[in-house]
Amino acid sequence: MKALLVGETRDGKLLASTYETLAFAREIGAEPVMFLVGSDSALPHFDGRLHLADAARYGEYNPGVHKALLLDVIARENPQLIVFSHSSYGWDLAPRLSVALKAAQVSEVVSVVDGALVVPACNAKLRRQVRASSALTVVTLQAGAFGLAAEPTGTPTVEQVESAAAEKIEFLGYEATEKGAVDLSRAEVIVSAGRGIGKPENMAMIKDLAAALHGEFGASRPVVDAGWVEHNRQVGSTGQTVAPKLYLACGISGAIQHLAGMKKSEFVVAINTDKEAPIGEVADVLVVADVKQLVPALIAKIKAL
Amino acid sequence: MKVLVCIKQVPDMESRFKLNAAGNWYDTADLAWRMNEYDEFAVEQAVLLKEKAPDTELVALSIGPERVKEAMKKALAMGIDRGVHVQDEASFEKDPYQIASVIAEYARNENFDLILTGMQSQDRGSAQVGILVGEMLGLPAVSTVVGFALDGQVVTAKRELEGGLKAVVKVGLPALFTCQLGLNTPRYPTLPNIMKAKKKELTAIPVATLLKDEALAVTEKVSYPEKRGSGLVLEGEIGELTTKLVALLKEKTSVFK
Ligand SMILES: Cc1cc2nc3c(=O)[nH]c(=O)nc-3n(C[C@H](O)[C@H](O)[C@H](O)COP(=O)(O)OP(=O)(O)OC[C@H]3O[C@@H](n4cnc5c(N)ncnc54)[C@H](O)[C@@H]3O)c2cc1C
Ligand SMILES: Nc1ncnc2c1ncn2[C@@H]1O[C@H](COP(=O)(O)O)[C@@H](O)[C@H]1O
Repeated sequence: MKALLVGETRDGKLLASTYETLAFAREIGAEPVMFLVGSDSALPHFDGRLHLADAARYGEYNPGVHKALLLDVIARENPQLIVFSHSSYGWDLAPRLSVALKAAQVSEVVSVVDGALVVPACNAKLRRQVRASSALTVVTLQAGAFGLAAEPTGTPTVEQVESAAAEKIEFLGYEATEKGAVDLSRAEVIVSAGRGIGKPENMAMIKDLAAALHGEFGASRPVVDAGWVEHNRQVGSTGQTVAPKLYLACGISGAIQHLAGMKKSEFVVAINTDKEAPIGEVADVLVVADVKQLVPALIAKIKAL
Repeated sequence: MKVLVCIKQVPDMESRFKLNAAGNWYDTADLAWRMNEYDEFAVEQAVLLKEKAPDTELVALSIGPERVKEAMKKALAMGIDRGVHVQDEASFEKDPYQIASVIAEYARNENFDLILTGMQSQDRGSAQVGILVGEMLGLPAVSTVVGFALDGQVVTAKRELEGGLKAVVKVGLPALFTCQLGLNTPRYPTLPNIMKAKKKELTAIPVATLLKDEALAVTEKVSYPEKRGSGLVLEGEIGELTTKLVALLKEKTSVFK
């Protein structure tokens, strides 16, 4: 079986997730061939063919053009699988190939069982096993689900690809969210608030608990989107990545994008009314309780120590 | 201007999910249903456009069984003008390609200037349907939008990437956008608007009249994830819980040292 892996670059740098597609190909025993819009100066390490389109010419986000480049490579290579990361690049581009090739797309693959693809459903409370009926399948891989056992080595044979396709979407540039003064990545204790805290007034007790533990406070995305906490305290794939000695998740369900930002924490305590909340998968201790009751009681207990 | 918003009804994610008899999805009995969170941002974006340009027509479409009318009513109460219910008792068995092709088939001759969908559905979570619809209709499609500004016939949108980075793009209408969390602040329907929504038009179309494509993938089986968490679960009375938790923190971490 041949798998066409789609690598990614951002701001001229190769993204590490590119190697997750390689790890996936190895795991299923597929021959890897890669496509990358990138540059000669940041090539991925592997032994095989690399179809390279020049990012300086084709841009890092130009879905119409990237689709045309990919279709050209697919016609030449005739793979059975096309593999993306489930990232803002992958989930944007993969469905475009699905339509162009009438190929099934299976999103956010976490494992492969008997040739069927396993994906999460319902905020990771369920797993779905999917089988494609089309000859060609497009998959996107959940971030972090596949990894190489060792540092990647090797040198690809590079073939340049070109396209004259026009783009209807004009890329104007990147915009970075201001970083602000808070650097949660160095905090030893982080108390984070999720939607389960109920209302903005309850942030006060989260802050009090953080203070009692001499730590910082953070938040999940809905709490930030609602304006209860500034964006520079958001933990997750679109916020900060943290690794404190203690991470206390208060009313946070544990969506994959939140876990991406905190799963390296040394000790995780979750306070949640739902015993089955997916945060339980990474928590060392799951306290099944209402945050509004538990947090004030915990503060009192700590202060009395 | 004419706008289509695609909405899906999904269970509350805090539910305890049981498997259905066929073992290929969750059991739909005893669940609380709501509008897919991502789609609320799409509805709100459409309503904001109409507030600026009152001659805009807003249409919401939802594919699913009778109960999806509840999600539709919420959209109408938020300010959508009329609803289209594509009746399908077995929508959960359709793959994203079929769902998208049904939407595309409906939209093909309706001349929408703008189509809004959610970035993903909370239960299925394929994050495909929006872009698939765009491609099927030959419309430029932008995913994961957290910023949207319309000026004449041109939209400047912000696409969210990873790690706090956004890509700013410009695209002419007609076009499709998939809406990400935080795009705006979805409103709560007011009581008068809930009453008004009851009188709004809700058209029903049987899915068979719009379904032209076979599924490209099937769900063979649904299961619970193997519990990877080896963590301790504490349940009980609050005073007891805090005592146990503090003892654990003392034992396992250095936070009190
Ligand atoms: C591309 C993308 C990027 C994203 N990036 C991020 C990111 O960087 N960070 C992030 O956090 N999310 C991110 N998200 C959103 C993510 O998918 C989830 O929607 C979000 O993390 C959910 O936040 P939450 O856990 O606070 O809320 P919910 O999922 O609504 O969970 C609330 C939890 O609180 C519990 N609860 C309710 N009441 C109580 C109570 N009284 N006491 C105790 N517990 C209670 C519930 O059981 C539930 O588990 C992203 C999503 C996408 C699609
Ligand atoms: N049954 C449905 N009816 C209407 N719109 C849907 C349906 N399923 C998905 N969508 C739309 O497609 C988006 C992405 O869904 P998905 O690809 O399933 O993650 C959702 O946010 C909705 O806007």
